[in-house]
Amino acid sequence: MLKHLSGLVCLAALALSPGNAETPEVIAIRNAKIVTVSGPVIPKGAIVVRNGLIEAVGESVTPPADAWIIDGAGLTVYPGLIDSLSTLGLPDAAPMGAPSATGRRGGGPPTATPSGPPTPPARGPEDRPSNTSYLLAADQLSATDRRIEAARNAGFTSAVAFPNRNIFSGQGAVINLAGERPGNMVVQSPTGQFLTMRSAGFNAGYPGSLMGVIAYIRQIYLDAAQYKAAKEIYNAQPSGNRRPDYDKHLEGVLASPRILLPAGNPKEIERMLRFGAELKQDTILYGLHEGYRAAALIKQHNGKVLVDLRWPEKSRDADPDQIDSLRALEARDKAASTPAELKKAGVPFALYAGALSQPSDISKAVKKAIDAGLSFDDALRALTLSPAEIFGVSNRLGSIDKGKIANLVVTNGDLFQERTKIKYVLVDGIKYEPSPEQPAAPSEATR
Amino acid sequence: MKFLLFLTAAALTAAPPIVIQNATVLTVTKGSFKGSVVIQDGKIKEVGEKVMIPPGAQIIDASGQYLMPGIIDAHSHIAADSINEGSVSVSSMVGIEDVLDPEAISIYRALAGGVTTVNVLHGSANAIGGKCQVIKTRWGKDREGILFEGAKPGIKFALGENPKRQGMSSGTRAGGGQQYLRYPGTRMGVEDVIRQAFNDAKIYQAEWKSFNERKGRGENPIPPKRDLKLDALVEVLEGKRLVHAHCYRADEILMLLRVADEFGFKIKTLQHVLEGYKVAKEIKEHGAGASTFSDWWAYKVEAFDAIPYNAAIMVKKGVLVSLNSDSGELMRRLNTEAGKTMKYGGLTETEALSLITINPAKQLDLDNRIGSIEPGKDADLVIYDKHPLSSFAKVQKVLIDGSVYFERDRDITDRQLREQRKKQLLEKEKQNQPQQKKNAAPGRRPA
Repeated sequence: MLKHLSGLVCLAALALSPGNAETPEVIAIRNAKIVTVSGPVIPKGAIVVRNGLIEAVGESVTPPADAWIIDGAGLTVYPGLIDSLSTLGLPDAAPMGAPSATGRRGGGPPTATPSGPPTPPARGPEDRPSNTSYLLAADQLSATDRRIEAARNAGFTSAVAFPNRNIFSGQGAVINLAGERPGNMVVQSPTGQFLTMRSAGFNAGYPGSLMGVIAYIRQIYLDAAQYKAAKEIYNAQPSGNRRPDYDKHLEGVLASPRILLPAGNPKEIERMLRFGAELKQDTILYGLHEGYRAAALIKQHNGKVLVDLRWPEKSRDADPDQIDSLRALEARDKAASTPAELKKAGVPFALYAGALSQPSDISKAVKKAIDAGLSFDDALRALTLSPAEIFGVSNRLGSIDKGKIANLVVTNGDLFQERTKIKYVLVDGIKYEPSPEQPAAPSEATR
Repeated sequence: MKFLLFLTAAALTAAPPIVIQNATVLTVTKGSFKGSVVIQDGKIKEVGEKVMIPPGAQIIDASGQYLMPGIIDAHSHIAADSINEGSVSVSSMVGIEDVLDPEAISIYRALAGGVTTVNVLHGSANAIGGKCQVIKTRWGKDREGILFEGAKPGIKFALGENPKRQGMSSGTRAGGGQQYLRYPGTRMGVEDVIRQAFNDAKIYQAEWKSFNERKGRGENPIPPKRDLKLDALVEVLEGKRLVHAHCYRADEILMLLRVADEFGFKIKTLQHVLEGYKVAKEIKEHGAGASTFSDWWAYKVEAFDAIPYNAAIMVKKGVLVSLNSDSGELMRRLNTEAGKTMKYGGLTETEALSLITINPAKQLDLDNRIGSIEPGKDADLVIYDKHPLSSFAKVQKVLIDGSVYFERDRDITDRQLREQRKKQLLEKEKQNQPQQKKNAAPGRRPA
């Protein structure tokens, strides 16, 4: 990957970024403040990284003789941040913007084969429209996606990446944000089916409305249950029974350990919590900009949620004379208090960068949630251990503990502060220094 | 809205008996008189010129005012996030119940117009549309809270121009000049679609019957596929789901009644039914109700041969008639719509009022719960300052299940509070607006 990148990156950047050309197998960072997230902060201690894993961490850890020593005086070490909902590494996916849970947002009709020949509009669920449930993010990864480096610059070392183009978009994967080959990056797969409520719109085939999408998903789950039962009966007694047709769309649904459903405001949150329970699937909601009004409801349903960090703002293109409704004004005013309200109610939640990609924008967005009542520790947790727990990988990611994957962020101060600089990150024990700001410059040079 | 929520909560937790005194009580089914109504546990307990006032009762003095049963709108499309699944000609798999929006302002507006029960219908884009949902306008409640508990489920059918619209030849999508038009394109086709659907439903019904019989004999057959589309139609065949059919012309009305007779199910109501006056006898013979407009027509070709006497003529021929709104705006003044039938057709006051109360209640099979002021019925009541059939009448208070959900005085004070709150938020947003530097941010990297 770096070889490929070096073709694009200008010489100055290359000089500052040693990359993995000199990757030692054992690294020790000492004299640093260590924020483990899982335990108390170590004001001054050392971390030993060997073979991509954390070998030791503590106040009185002595670096082994074969380690490259990094002096961490004045530096703070955090677990690498996890972007809990993204399309990193999936160049074909749409940008992970705010969800459209009402299904009204226009755009083209969703299609399973975006580049294929035009297909007639679907006439019902039996045509399996907008269904790529079998797609695995792990199979689609591109290690050369340039957004990966940008995410590392913002302190992200892992992401949960999902295909997101269809109603049944496919299965996500927990990935590390560095690797020579896609296979190096995958931490866990599959990690859940990504669902959208995007309808084809009027006159473009089934489903053409939000209620059509919901009915379609419900029918697919009924079909999957029947398919599973039929296969079991057939396998037990092939003679005398007609074989069930193979259906990759149903295979994809049956293989999903959990589903992700979009929900922004209380009505959508209630609707999707109920729907997830009806489908008998472990459910994670994403979006949640009006989650501040529904924290108790989510708790009551034992819901888990991913909150979009791109807080709603007045549209820059808005008619200056048009005054928004009280409801819209209130939603914009309070959106960033959602994480604090979720915390208060005891709901497991994680934050995701959504459409934000600039490190400074992400810091600002987290800061806004902190200003709205979330503690720094809880904000950090929502970007480290909480997403790891929600996706069932907290035994390998999310905190600085012996045996976990050596994904670390090293800064010169507190994270999410404007003046704090990320000095470098470790992904799988390999050190990456952020390229200086202006990451767009190289592309301009090549234009 | 906060204030309303508070009001509602207070009304529910306290729940002392309520006595509405000194009102002109328009019971609709038991005459009109000056007297009182006693409400206990959300039900009407006693009605009369003189009543026993229970100890601790809350008194509402309605001197000089009029009390009538809550208005029932038999045909509306409020409070739902989608209305039409128009992609297919049979969309009985979808349902309004999946897309209810309990925060839709149209609920409050309907409430303020004295409407307490609403049949929220699927649109008329296709011959067999989606499932309907009856709600009460319990403003401030969540989805569960607005459902009319125990209401019989319904389904929308549609005849004539809307379902035979084939859609545009979706050239952009199809390419190569190929057109994907929806069947049917004629009224004959609409009939065919309905026949075909019920043929399919009968086959499906038989498949399940045979499966259950084989299971009963101890065999282990592969179960048939559940089909949400046909499930709803089997419910129609079994009389468990009420059919509300959109129609205009006399010929198509007769067609539908014959098809229903042939397949052995009932049309519960004909909706719009502007030419109903021509075939009132046949409608009565089938036992269908008719839900029409007072004087709204000529908005399309099939709606031309209409007269304002339609409702009155059908009433006099013995058809169960109601007036509906089909519109969030008209919905707020159904009382004056009813009044028009006195001018056109000479209905009595009580007959006019019954078109928006007891008759729609019967059409929804809910006349044991709502539609008149009688002991044992739900305390869904409206207080008007003048006779509700007068165009000068204003709604003063609306009670649902014995709780006050609308108060005109409160509404007027709330308007100022909301305006203030809005000003505050606008001011806050202006102050928090970051001072944007107007340099064309070069840091944007290509997506």
